[in-house]
Amino acid sequence: MMKNAVSCREVVVVRGDREVLHGVGFDLRTGSVTGLLGPSGCGKTTLIRAIGGLQAKVTGDVSVLGLPAGASKLRGRIGYVTQEPSVYGDLTVTENLRFFAAVLGVASSDVERVIEAVDLTSHAGSRVDRLSGGQRSRASLAAALLGSPELLVLDEPTVGLDPVLRRDLWELFHKLADDGATLLVSSHVMDEASRCDRLLLMRDGDLLADDTPQGLLDSVGTDDIEQAFLTLIDRKAGAR
Amino acid sequence: MTPRVTFAVAARVLAQLRRDHRTVAMLIVLPALLVSLMWWIFHDSPGTFDRIGGPLLAVFPAIIMFVVTSVATLRERSSGTLSRLFTMPMAKLDFLLGYALAFALIAVVQALVVVSIALYLLDLNIQGDAWQLGVVAVLDGVLGAALGLFASAFAATEFQAVQMMPAVMIPQILLCGLLVPRDQLPSVLHAVSDVLPLSYAVDAVIGVANGNGLASGAGGDALVVLAFVLAALGLGAATLKRRTA
Repeated sequence: MMKNAVSCREVVVVRGDREVLHGVGFDLRTGSVTGLLGPSGCGKTTLIRAIGGLQAKVTGDVSVLGLPAGASKLRGRIGYVTQEPSVYGDLTVTENLRFFAAVLGVASSDVERVIEAVDLTSHAGSRVDRLSGGQRSRASLAAALLGSPELLVLDEPTVGLDPVLRRDLWELFHKLADDGATLLVSSHVMDEASRCDRLLLMRDGDLLADDTPQGLLDSVGTDDIEQAFLTLIDRKAGAR
Repeated sequence: MTPRVTFAVAARVLAQLRRDHRTVAMLIVLPALLVSLMWWIFHDSPGTFDRIGGPLLAVFPAIIMFVVTSVATLRERSSGTLSRLFTMPMAKLDFLLGYALAFALIAVVQALVVVSIALYLLDLNIQGDAWQLGVVAVLDGVLGAALGLFASAFAATEFQAVQMMPAVMIPQILLCGLLVPRDQLPSVLHAVSDVLPLSYAVDAVIGVANGNGLASGAGGDALVVLAFVLAALGLGAATLKRRTA
């Protein structure tokens, strides 16, 4: 098994005439849950899209499961969730998942498993556009779990969910990691940081920190992730 | 390309259409209504409907198919489902062929309805076989769908996609031989009409209506239409981008 599921080196992304990632580098250890934290607009989604092979104008090295990001051999081995629930509103949860299972070539028995994993069994027969926002994003997450992909890149999967559900999802993420999957989970909610094995802190297209939650707190001498984030920003401004 | 994926896309598109009664009604009933309207308009000028009725069986289904399919891939792009599918083992052609297959099935029903009404209710006179007229009408509906899918791969937004109809279809309607037979067009316009797909769709219908069945003249035109369908889908697939800004 590969030591690192994802390796990024000097990743630069240009959108329009603006550079939105300025040379980002990090590794995601196989079997870990990494939080990608930072304010809205800092480049989290762009980075996730680059790993998914969906972002144009990427320079530098993005290696995913030992292959360059976007390689056709990676298709189906990565579970990808966008911020918008990317499922069909006019189909039921089950119909959506049966379709994606067919595209993936995964047995349709897997559909029931992923519906259960995101706790949507009681809504399996409901049209997605009749569900609440949180239920919709769980339906989208369920689609990413089909076929048990080796890498999951999840863009803000816990937004708008109640605390109990959020805790359950984080437990699910760790269970998947214990089974060998690697997860990158973006969030702009700092209190989710403590649930991650490692943290990537981003701001304005740069990586401010790449550490364990405890290591990060120790390095700035605080017990609050939000405070650590602010201190790092100040330090960086001071270094200029 | 994987047949499993193509058929999965087609089945899913049909499942979505089954929920969308208004779109299905528009696709199946509207061409028949419009042909009936034309029959009524020309009720007091004998012979006119027999001349233009055939071409209308090519033009109306194609336009309506075009409008519906031209926003199809845009909807998937804005909902994020296209991005998701692109991280899965789906070829771009699987995606467009799946859509084309689903709409081809709709085109069969559409053609059955519009041709039956034209022949048996509106007494459209044709020399050729009714089933051949049906086959050509299906092909013309599929042409509209393929051109719409091609246009939707090109447009960046649904707003732009809607603008494709007047830009792509109206010039073809004007030049396809419906208003003026193509051999009576000024030579430059005739040459332009020679490279437009709808011209061959209308030629095929006129051929069948005049008794030149698919085994003779109309067959060649039908093959050209089929070639345009495949080219539109191939080019559409090449235009769709996995990586976007």
